[in-house]
Amino acid sequence: MDFRSSETVVGPHSADLLPDSATMAVKVVIVGGFGVGKTTLVGSVSEIRPLTTEETMTQAGEGVDDLAGIERKTSTTVAMDFGRISISDEMVLYVFGTPGQERFWFLWNGLFEGALGAVVLVDTRRLEVSFEVIGRLEDRGVPFVVAANAFPQSPTYPTEELRAALDLPPEVPIIACDARTRESSRDVLMALMRYLYDLSTQKLTTPPHLTTPPHLTTPETP
Amino acid sequence: MSAADPGWNDAEPERLYVITRGRSGLAETTFALVTLIVSRSEPTATMQPEHAAILRICGSPLSAAEISAYLKLPMSVVTVLLTDLLGEERIEARACVPQAILPDRALLEAVIHGLQKL
Ligand SMILES: Nc1nc2c(ncn2[C@@H]2O[C@H](COP(=O)(O)OP(=O)(O)OP(=O)(O)O)[C@@H](O)[C@H]2O)c(=O)[nH]1
Ligand SMILES: [Mg+2]
Repeated sequence: MDFRSSETVVGPHSADLLPDSATMAVKVVIVGGFGVGKTTLVGSVSEIRPLTTEETMTQAGEGVDDLAGIERKTSTTVAMDFGRISISDEMVLYVFGTPGQERFWFLWNGLFEGALGAVVLVDTRRLEVSFEVIGRLEDRGVPFVVAANAFPQSPTYPTEELRAALDLPPEVPIIACDARTRESSRDVLMALMRYLYDLSTQKLTTPPHLTTPPHLTTPETP
Repeated sequence: MSAADPGWNDAEPERLYVITRGRSGLAETTFALVTLIVSRSEPTATMQPEHAAILRICGSPLSAAEISAYLKLPMSVVTVLLTDLLGEERIEARACVPQAILPDRALLEAVIHGLQKL
């Protein structure tokens, strides 16, 4: 049977314990299409062995409820990889990597709620898989940076070509990365934090040119 | 580490229903993925095993997401269990930073500083 007694639950390794002074936890979310390297990035930056959490998403069945109640709901389990970085004695940063089933990410309300921001990981061979998620982040007002993961076969484009292809406003940082290395993955998170910092500075002073979102004034790309 | 982790497969609806005694975690907003939980009492022999497991692994602070991972239970179920324990004052919940539209600059500075050490 699958009865799980308290004793069978294995907790964290002693090396992975947080000090009791840890009182504040923040998170960022890594999004991107299937196989772009989200799990790899989480594993690279995490100080603990990456873990998996999940949520059961219940979707109403197509349109009308079935009379017999048989098809009334479909449940989907969305699993999420995550890792952890100790920022200070008091603060911890959690890094969540979404799975490939994009349409479910935004059903998981708690995922983006309270996130400092997001990283959109892209593979330059398949930029189109990122269009929808970028739009959704914009709709939700989640600030994000774009990181182009360096796969050997992926073409490298000048940043501004990528920006045009992804229809990104001029201020959104675009960085190249190799999700397999800690330094590079760390730099991606750093770029996000610096961007958030800049945003918060601008918000306080609100320069006039920022009152209109810049992307609204940029001509459409052909 | 992936969704294919075998431990998750037995988390079938019936078992989850028994663990939560039919309650859903949907209405609970006290626990976010990164709310840090710390035990404030020892597990007892008569306790529901999942409650005991949480008290046992939360001797040092653990996020609700980590509890979900170690117990191999969905977040909504963990939320119900944590609500029980908080109600009995058996755990302490350290809520995450109140979410402003944009995070506080001092906070961002701290994160940048911490990442530089990584
Ligand atoms: N060359 C190269 N390979 C990478 C890089 N990042 C990831 N990979 C490889 O690409 C494959 C997919 O990486 P994952 O991290 O599993 O991708 P994912 O986005 O988590 O994939 P899903 O969860 O299935 O959507 C793995 O074989 C990685 O080793 C990178 O920066 N460079
Ligand atoms: Mg993955």
